[in-house]
Amino acid sequence: MSEMAITGADALRVEKAGPLATLQDAGRFGVRRMGVTQGGPADLHAFAWANYLLANAWGAAALEVTLGGLTLIAERDLRLALCGADLGATIDGEPLAPWQAFTLHKGQRLAFGTPRAGVRAYLAVPGGFMGSPVLGSLACVTREGLGGHSGGGAPLAEGERLCVDVDALAGALAGQARAVPMKERLDYLAPAVLGLIPGAQIADFTGPSLFRAFHAEWQVDARADRMGVRLTGPRLECRLDSMISEGIALGAVQVPPDGQPIALLNDRQTVGGYPRLGTLTPLACSRLAQCQPGQTVRLAPVALGAAQSEYRRFVAALQA
Amino acid sequence: MRLPRLENAGVDAWLVRLFDSIDEANMPWLMALCRRCEDAFGTALVDLVPSYTTLLVHYDATRLSAGEARSRLASILADLRPDEETATGAIKEVPVWYDQSVGPELERLMAATGLDRQALVELHAGHEYRVFALGFAPGFAFMGSLDERLAMPRLDTPRQRVPAGSVAVAGRQTSAYPRQSPGGWNLIGRTPLTLFDQHREEQSYLQVGDRVRFKPVDRAEFERLGGDTRPVAATQEVRS
Repeated sequence: MSEMAITGADALRVEKAGPLATLQDAGRFGVRRMGVTQGGPADLHAFAWANYLLANAWGAAALEVTLGGLTLIAERDLRLALCGADLGATIDGEPLAPWQAFTLHKGQRLAFGTPRAGVRAYLAVPGGFMGSPVLGSLACVTREGLGGHSGGGAPLAEGERLCVDVDALAGALAGQARAVPMKERLDYLAPAVLGLIPGAQIADFTGPSLFRAFHAEWQVDARADRMGVRLTGPRLECRLDSMISEGIALGAVQVPPDGQPIALLNDRQTVGGYPRLGTLTPLACSRLAQCQPGQTVRLAPVALGAAQSEYRRFVAALQA
Repeated sequence: MRLPRLENAGVDAWLVRLFDSIDEANMPWLMALCRRCEDAFGTALVDLVPSYTTLLVHYDATRLSAGEARSRLASILADLRPDEETATGAIKEVPVWYDQSVGPELERLMAATGLDRQALVELHAGHEYRVFALGFAPGFAFMGSLDERLAMPRLDTPRQRVPAGSVAVAGRQTSAYPRQSPGGWNLIGRTPLTLFDQHREEQSYLQVGDRVRFKPVDRAEFERLGGDTRPVAATQEVRS
């Protein structure tokens, strides 16, 4: 390994790790044919806006804080950005709302409490957190033991330190303030409508099942993680029981024989063999990743062209 | 169903369905399709997932519209030919210590088939398999097709911890677990090979399209090759 050209420095010390805090960048690509999943932020929307606030490049590594419980101590003056879930964050006990950039001074304590709205908060630093990429990415996938701040797929642990690029930090402390538009500060407690692009097996579901799929209220099950989210509701009947395993895209909504759909997210297995209703749009995946168990969601069919336009507008807004 | 078929898989992916049944002869076509996609999409290609009968093509939707991606795939399919270079597939050898201690389902297979251990090993190691797909975990290769006599359903209750290197069968397929993980396949032996190592140039020892031969080794050879001889039963007692 050659010396790194950029200078890294310890920025944050983990005082308390909480249930699950992991480093995520845009994801791990080009290696799925070896069975390696994509990883990356479960909520791309909030992750990308956190990076936007600090004028970071697309996909700069940020911290995904799940359910709160994490406490960090600043080891130097830092410019940070927080987007996504409201996990009751405080700075030295003073409330800190998400969707903003802020300064954390050396010695100050950033503490996450418990979820008030949403599930996952994203903490970005100027230039992105530093680490050694594994298979081209810092994305932490615990199931595979790949990536993250340590390289071995472990979530943050007490006493560990996170490293930043000091040059990027100096620039950010002097830089212009950016803001997240109000319409992008999503209300995660509101009922969610998830856009779904119908897939090739849609006609294999019975008529009544298709009607139910798009008219029923679905409950987010407690079995929800970075691999996928189960939805409970009316039973969906499909004429196909199972298929030969094939590559699975992000957001694929598969329906196993129990008739209860599972939306597959970033850490899903690379191949699978259940029939699928279709594929959630990227922003629908993001929205679903912020739903707490018991929350209600609806599925709404969207046309491929409209979904792609929505995605392009999302990416373009961040590059403004 | 008319094949090949292009099926949508979201804002940035198409699934190319080439075949409708599992066949080793599918693989040269799938490998050729992978190569052609790499050429045709260039840096707009994000990922490819070949699997048995299909190829998932994940592209950059900020650079290509769904229609553009689809027509690139359609023009590839118009004159797709099986890949001469990869038609035969790379040959990979996997040494295996077939033993009851590391392959506890050997007994189940003996009972089900009426064959003795030696005959079972000859049946499993006497055939050359194709890698149809990798999935479930990094480096986990789904290989077939297994002799019908060895086809066994998965365990009713999956193991919490299948030791790394475990060689297993389920249905008409065989595989080896790259690292310790939960799993429901029937264990019949263990390989000393490191099947996946992210620090290696060829991270996964087995690749889609490879031809795989299992080579029986005795305990001494297995140990010499760095194999872990701890019985499966011992690893199940560990409770975290």
